[in-house]
Amino acid sequence: MHFYKQTAGRKLFNVVNLSFLTIVTFMCVVPFIHLLAVSLSSNAAASAGSVKLWPVGFTLEAYGFLGQKPEFLRSLGVTLQRVVLGTAINMLLVFLTAYPLSKTHEQFRYRVYYVWFFAITMFFGGGLIPTYIVVKETGLMNSIWALIIPGALSVWNAVLMLNFFRGIPRDMEEAALIDGAGHWSILWKVYLPVSLPSIATIGLFTLVGHWNSWFDGILYMNSPDNYPLQTYLSTLVTSINIKMITVEDLSTLQNLSERTLRTAQIFLGALPIMLVYPFLQKYFIKGMTVGSVKE
Amino acid sequence: MKLKKELPLHLMLIPGVLVTLIYAYGPMFGIVMAFQKFQPALGFLKSKWIGLKNFEYVFHLPDFNQVLWNTTFISVMKIVFGLAVPLLMALLLNEVAKNWFKRMIQTSIFLPFFLSWAVLGGIMIELFSLKGPVNALLSLFGVDPIMFMASNNWFVTIIIASDVWKGMGYNMIIFLAAIVSINANLYEAAEVDGAGRWKQALHITLPGMASIIILICTLSLGGVLNAGFDQILILYNPIVYEKADVIDTFVYRLGLFDQQYAPAAAIGLFKSAISVVLVSLSYYLAYRFSNYRIF
Repeated sequence: MHFYKQTAGRKLFNVVNLSFLTIVTFMCVVPFIHLLAVSLSSNAAASAGSVKLWPVGFTLEAYGFLGQKPEFLRSLGVTLQRVVLGTAINMLLVFLTAYPLSKTHEQFRYRVYYVWFFAITMFFGGGLIPTYIVVKETGLMNSIWALIIPGALSVWNAVLMLNFFRGIPRDMEEAALIDGAGHWSILWKVYLPVSLPSIATIGLFTLVGHWNSWFDGILYMNSPDNYPLQTYLSTLVTSINIKMITVEDLSTLQNLSERTLRTAQIFLGALPIMLVYPFLQKYFIKGMTVGSVKE
Repeated sequence: MKLKKELPLHLMLIPGVLVTLIYAYGPMFGIVMAFQKFQPALGFLKSKWIGLKNFEYVFHLPDFNQVLWNTTFISVMKIVFGLAVPLLMALLLNEVAKNWFKRMIQTSIFLPFFLSWAVLGGIMIELFSLKGPVNALLSLFGVDPIMFMASNNWFVTIIIASDVWKGMGYNMIIFLAAIVSINANLYEAAEVDGAGRWKQALHITLPGMASIIILICTLSLGGVLNAGFDQILILYNPIVYEKADVIDTFVYRLGLFDQQYAPAAAIGLFKSAISVVLVSLSYYLAYRFSNYRIF
């Protein structure tokens, strides 16, 4: 840092600047504190709208109720399944696609045809309705595979990965070739071990993506029983889906304000990401710069 | 010999090619339904061809022009403010001397970026409800409660502002990285010449960021017809359709609620056709001005 004379104008600027930045920071954090406060408040306080940033009439009732709420637990289970299976499959396809495409024309003559084949999909897509029809016709409707298979290959992530593979010194590959290794073992034993930082980056992008997506659940799941967590949360928000509320719920709902229950569920849907993202931040920043300007 | 050596590379590409062929090229082929009197039972191949009738039908729908205007307006506003606000934030944050404070602000502002619209939509509805904290705050100033989410005057503003709020952290970090990479000698030279902080920001920092600003501008050009589908879908309601209905939400309701698959696909094709031009143009401009390449 340079040394600056602290003139009166500079001091005034600093005060205004810091206050402004603090306000913006609050705008990003306070909504979540409010959400938590409502979810921990008594029904009466929540329905009256008297909760601000601190619980009024503190109670864990809403969270206790969620612990036995089958819809919530079931959708959480679907999400966990989807996150694990989906991330694993996505990553595998990213490796398998990025490796051949990272070769030069001399090493892989057909590379350019494959590149075009994949690149076209980044420019043109069939759109919502034809995609829906194809997913339906291939028999994936109402199964967890509808949330995994259609998006199993992210071309964008494969491009990030192949750019990283290209940065690996050719010597390493040639040494392995001389030792008699084939492409499969070069990928697993040479490329992947040295690519851990970018694997972590792309893996985290993918994982958060699977945790967060909700619209595909609405689109491809006929039965709310198969909704992943975020899809289930979206129905609470839009309340387009009345069939989610069961009879047992109704009696409890009379005691428990809908508001505390809803905020508790939304908060839990955000919690895992809120807990890990400060640590993931640096990977994300790295991933963002991997994809930007190349010299 | 050569083929044998390259065989593993072809094998690796099989899963990615299959998924892309079925779920990216399949829907592209499925676009033919836009020219058919599509019947799900008959499929893409046997449905009756009706030429441009679907297009005639949708272009004459009374809401279509409004939807087109809404889409362009919302997304242009999102691009402009989504660029200007983080730029301002990055410049202001750069003036903060204390590193821990900088990091704290950066981390807080990044939080909404990682969360889904299912969660954020729930928070927005909670914040802006009649008994929510925003109305409570306004009532301190004697303002009568406003139904933000059901007001054609307010809804679009909230859509744009909340999108800027969610994406702020991402662009801000890209801008900060650009500022850091500016040669420190330039600032020292300016100092010697007697330029204050304001002049330095204007004549060194901003020009130094020009290429990244242009890059982000051009890359967002490709998305002008994507006004933020999942955000609007979760937040809107029939009262605000007039101002908030965009191409994607219109296609969704027309296709999947009214089951008018073919007309909906026709709008989808209309959108894809314009988008492919815009995306190609944006990549071309990004390449021309910033030497940006995807492959």
